[in-house]
Amino acid sequence: MDYKQLQGRLRTNILKMHYGAGSGHIGCSLSCIDIMTAILKFKKDADTFILSKGHAATALYTILNETGAIPDGDLDSFYKNATTLPAHPAPLKYAAIPFATGSLGHGLPLATGIAKANMLKGNDQLSFVLMSDGETNEGTSWEAAHFAVANKLDNLIAVVDCNGLQGFGNTADILGNTASPKLWTAMGFEVVACDGHDIEALAAAWQKLAANKNGQPKMISARTIKGKGIKEMEDKMEWHYLPMTEAQYASAQKEIQSTYGLDND
Amino acid sequence: MRKHFSEYIEKNLADREDFIFITGDLGYNALEGVAKKMGPRFINAGVAEQNMIGIAAGMASQGYQVICYSIAPFVVYRCLEQMRNDVCFHNLPVYIVGNGGGYGYGIMGSSHHAIEDIATLSGLPNMQCYVPGFVEDMRTTMDEMFVRRRPAYLRLGLGKNLPADMQLVAGGAASQPTTAPQLTIISQGPVTGNLLAAVANCTQRREIDIFTSNTMPLVALPIAMAASIAASKKVLVIEEHISVGGLGSTLALLVNEAGLPINKFISLHAEGYPNGLYGSQAYHQQISGLDEGNILRVINSYF
Repeated sequence: MDYKQLQGRLRTNILKMHYGAGSGHIGCSLSCIDIMTAILKFKKDADTFILSKGHAATALYTILNETGAIPDGDLDSFYKNATTLPAHPAPLKYAAIPFATGSLGHGLPLATGIAKANMLKGNDQLSFVLMSDGETNEGTSWEAAHFAVANKLDNLIAVVDCNGLQGFGNTADILGNTASPKLWTAMGFEVVACDGHDIEALAAAWQKLAANKNGQPKMISARTIKGKGIKEMEDKMEWHYLPMTEAQYASAQKEIQSTYGLDND
Repeated sequence: MRKHFSEYIEKNLADREDFIFITGDLGYNALEGVAKKMGPRFINAGVAEQNMIGIAAGMASQGYQVICYSIAPFVVYRCLEQMRNDVCFHNLPVYIVGNGGGYGYGIMGSSHHAIEDIATLSGLPNMQCYVPGFVEDMRTTMDEMFVRRRPAYLRLGLGKNLPADMQLVAGGAASQPTTAPQLTIISQGPVTGNLLAAVANCTQRREIDIFTSNTMPLVALPIAMAASIAASKKVLVIEEHISVGGLGSTLALLVNEAGLPINKFISLHAEGYPNGLYGSQAYHQQISGLDEGNILRVINSYF
């Protein structure tokens, strides 16, 4: 199946939300929207998903709108006063958002706890978490990783959005690649690398990992491009922060229409 | 209290499938029975307190009630953001249990003390802190904690049994009320033992009302306590916790909000490490003026 138009449509919605709000974090959401789509479009209802890199909230909101978990009207309130959709996910607002996030390093412990609960209950539910590569700097990620390995949580699937950029520089230049598949493999995770913008490949990767009940927690190291889809934004740290001007927004939407084939509708 | 705590767990909760007990790699000579009885629902999270609280929140989101045990400073300070963001924001039934609150770990040093724990935790949303003074109200606070099913912190210490001349009341314990109190003393936690020893040697014993308060934040003055304060107009607060964000500052606010006229209000509290020296719990209590002798001197200053 071709997901190109879906990828384009979700990007269009993300851009619309950010432009309407005058907000940043655009590059972060464009980096991981395809990963979220590959999980949230295909996971079972009972499987849980935690967006640990909460600053990519617009990607979460748009894909949950696509799946029907967030109503259209709610999206219009993004970033405004009295909204249920602030810049980082809020607690206890939507069943599909089990945890508020925004401070990094919380998602993997939470998802690990859910996986442990599922294992104790003997059910077959999967616990997904999406992390940023920079987020693996956090010690809690390592604490949770060791716990997951020691407890043989092969129902845990961590996906790392490896765009190589973090808050104030290149990931490689700051603490080194703390999301390195070699490191996580050495800890005991079963790790596969995958194109983080190929929905079919991502879905196939996690489905294959999930089926492998070998006692190892799973990780997908997803190669991504921050700002994917907008040449002006791609692989540029500043698009972690910048809002779009009117001209940039018009240009970005036009580029998405063209790249993802939306202008052929 | 640690022994009584583990006995309570073994007797009341260990068989319940909806309960999880997680330790931060502590519990030698105390939790062995709990571990044996709970089997796979007893989890050693290792020396990783932040992750312990994170996984507890994840498990609680799936329907479990989760007890997280360590010594008080380790389970309060290291994982504060996990308590706030993961547990309290989501109003989950995760109960952190800290052994040796206050100066409980004495000569182990400041890293092992917890004298700012209530100030740190009691302002978090949905959080309730329990500081029982006696074995008996440790049990009642645990009853309440598990029925409430919301975030909680239980601070354990070397509490003794409730004396015969005091009775449990909502939120703590109280002495037999006097007819015309000249002083109202409100105490929190096992340091109450020093107070009771002091009062036993006090000639004005029959003119003093004693209350213990075991639940923080204290949001309203209990009726009997307010009546005693209104009558005595004199208050002494005793707590093994710093003055900021503890019982004394809370009572000062509540007394003022209630419009109760006060002639004298003294707070005896943990002073930290004013001389930069270290010792036993009793030593630190003495340095802070929380020892029996100083408490008696302060009480006598009211008469």
